Amino acid sequence: MHQFLQQIFSGFAAGAIYASLALALVMIYRATDLVNFAQGEMAMFSTYIAWTLVNAGLPFWGAFLMTIAISFAGGMAIERALIRPVENAPVLAAVVVTIALLLIFNSTAGWIYSYTVQDFPSPFPDRPVFGALMTTRDLGVIAVTLVMLLLLVVFFRFTATGLAMRAAAQNPDSARLCGIRVGRMLAIGWGLAAAIGATAGIMVAPVLFLDPNMMGGVLIYAFAGALLGGITSPVGAVVGGLIVGMTENLVGTYLIASQLKLTVAFALIILVLVFRPNGLFGTAIVRRV
Amino acid sequence: METPLPAMTPAGLAQDRYAGLSFTAWRWIGTLALITLVAVLPFRLSSYHVFELTMVMIYAIAVLGLNILTGYNGQISLGHGAFFAAGAYTAAILMHRYGVPYWATLPPAALICFVLGVLFGLPALRFEGPYLALVTLAMALATPQLLKYFDTWTGGQQGINLVKPMPPAALVGLGLDRDRWLYFVVLVVLLLAIRIAINLLHGRTGRALVAIRDQPIAAAAMGIHTALYKTLAFGTSTLFTGVAGALAAIVVGYVSPEGYSLFLSVSFLVGSAVGGIATIGGAVVGGMFIQFVPNLANDISDAAPWAIYGLAMLLFMYTMPRGVVGSLGPWLTRLMQKTRAG
Amino acid sequence: MAPILELSGVKAFYGQSEVVHGIDVAVEEGGMTVLLGANGAGKTTTLRAICGLVKSEGKILFAGERLDRRTTEAIAGLGVAHVPEGRGTFVGLTVEENLRLGGYTRLSAARANIQRMYGYFPILAQRRRQQAGALSGGEQQMLAIARALMMMPRLLVLDEPSFGLAPRIVEDIFAIIERIRQEEKVSVLLVEQNASLALELADHAYLLETGYIVTSGSAKALADDPQIRRSYLGY
Repeated sequence: MHQFLQQIFSGFAAGAIYASLALALVMIYRATDLVNFAQGEMAMFSTYIAWTLVNAGLPFWGAFLMTIAISFAGGMAIERALIRPVENAPVLAAVVVTIALLLIFNSTAGWIYSYTVQDFPSPFPDRPVFGALMTTRDLGVIAVTLVMLLLLVVFFRFTATGLAMRAAAQNPDSARLCGIRVGRMLAIGWGLAAAIGATAGIMVAPVLFLDPNMMGGVLIYAFAGALLGGITSPVGAVVGGLIVGMTENLVGTYLIASQLKLTVAFALIILVLVFRPNGLFGTAIVRRV
Repeated sequence: METPLPAMTPAGLAQDRYAGLSFTAWRWIGTLALITLVAVLPFRLSSYHVFELTMVMIYAIAVLGLNILTGYNGQISLGHGAFFAAGAYTAAILMHRYGVPYWATLPPAALICFVLGVLFGLPALRFEGPYLALVTLAMALATPQLLKYFDTWTGGQQGINLVKPMPPAALVGLGLDRDRWLYFVVLVVLLLAIRIAINLLHGRTGRALVAIRDQPIAAAAMGIHTALYKTLAFGTSTLFTGVAGALAAIVVGYVSPEGYSLFLSVSFLVGSAVGGIATIGGAVVGGMFIQFVPNLANDISDAAPWAIYGLAMLLFMYTMPRGVVGSLGPWLTRLMQKTRAG
Repeated sequence: MAPILELSGVKAFYGQSEVVHGIDVAVEEGGMTVLLGANGAGKTTTLRAICGLVKSEGKILFAGERLDRRTTEAIAGLGVAHVPEGRGTFVGLTVEENLRLGGYTRLSAARANIQRMYGYFPILAQRRRQQAGALSGGEQQMLAIARALMMMPRLLVLDEPSFGLAPRIVEDIFAIIERIRQEEKVSVLLVEQNASLALELADHAYLLETGYIVTSGSAKALADDPQIRRSYLGY
């Protein structure tokens, strides 16, 4: 029983990491109707920037804030320069562009920083809690994820910019007619997502250790979590990410054929989606013909 | 809205002259040139280059399968590598375990992949956009794991080694070695695949698929059995890719789980986009991209080859977002307009 | 009184084709001008040109400012509210969110304006939390008009408000438009296929045929013109 509980809790902690990257994915999807397959690699790159700053002598939180700012600006720049040209092109072109960005960020990080695995400091001490079921670090990660979730929900639901962003994503022409600068909304969406991704990366690095391939697996599970929760819902992203984390852990522990962990985990997730094709918290859009 | 060329009907085209020759004449010249090139080339190149061209054609067949699904059906698949693997391992197991001759493995590979495609197509129909991407992604991720797991059949991590087939005794005198012989075998299959695709997509079925892609509700209201067509499209698409996989196993002479990773599925998708998703010629361009660009990228920079590959992808998407063949079409039309006489 | 909106020699394009060939249109301040014509005459393209949604040439003056070189967002910010063909509703958002978006350029007055809109359109108040896509055609049209009014515009541009609606509902909507014009003191440019109803309400009318203005004048004069009556009013 204790082992079962332990797996649940450590799955929860892993899930929080997936949840935080899933938030970034949802952010971009909400803002631009696109899945950004490069989100994980962008987060990884941001984490390397943070690492460089810390190595240069900055205190952790100073480096963190600077990285967030740089990532926000970087995300906006990427949208303007690299995504804007394929905005009116077929969806597949945009998908290919994000995949290209994935490859470029990954390869460039490997080239600049080498593939040596590095240590990364965590702001949270690593003390056991709840009778060694979790650590304070895990709690820290979960807390940060929940804070980001809260900020996002408030942003989308209660601010004018958040509403304008949702409108710009759904119906750019109508949004323009309301006086909304659609181009700027898209750029802000990408900037925010990059900032969220950077936060996710910085939390992941102490646990998974920093190397260019750190986020590959995380992205796949985050993607699954975001869709499981409903690709348009930030709450769904967090719930989905946590469920995926727990599922992955439980399947890994209790499945005899442990080589099939990924397969079985995904099969279970898809099974749920068969019954809820828009995810747990996603809304189907009513379309009158 | 562009006004169409007034004479773009077969009758009209036959009348016009383009730089002195009729459209039909140009078509004949082009086709003859292409046939000559394709038939003579293998005898002019080294075995390795012939092998590379054969792989181009194999990837073209695979991408053609993906085009049937994505271009004409609007469903994006990140999982076609799984069906490529299914075809490859079907051929490999039949040849290795049961001594089936290589050419006889193609029909079973086609059938199995068709059935798999229909089986996966049925539930996949419920999903759209990113959800379908996830489901197909799962297929791609599951493939290496499943291949390693069922190792009594698949040879597990080790894979299966195959003997590369010899040309038939009667033709050896023509200067055909194993690579050249396989080149022509694959060429025949490619031409057959293109013929089938043209018939399928330019006829009633094709129109139904485009209708389903563009206006699903109206299509259903017109009596088009949407679910049936979509499932069949899935099955046909995987059939093509599966046959390509079988050919790949035969030509390379080796299958192993590493060769069928997520990256293969992504390559197919990229090849499809670069060539042009709703085109048949684009599949060949896509095949060339998949075969040649990674090596070129490595030549340019061995420190960050995938960054170069990514840059190549960006270059193509920015200059030709509808793919090479998809963008060439309108360009060619404009060229024709300019060289028309009278 | 100077016209609030003036088009001079305006050409407009649908993609690459020129579909409106140099027209002159004026809307009097506080008045209602209607643009009539059959399908494909170029009416919608003209409206889209005014709002910067399609390529255009020529001069478009709005209250002394030139619109023809500005972006759609900037034009909206100047006080031109466009209710597009097909309503342009944000179907995935709620009724109230749609209204809030209309008030994006007038955030400080938004809450008060929303209440005013519910005054004009009580049915919207009832459905305020429903997804806009679930509303009927008539309700969506009301929502679209309300969204435009949230901007507190000086010019209201309406593209075929009667499209796809039952006659009874069309009468209601036109009654509301007239009421709004008088109470809000907003000028209206209306595009309509439903000529008889439009001519009853408008002050001025233009008739567009394949991209050219063929007749213009007071609405009453056009309504009495026997040729127009036969071609467009059916009697």
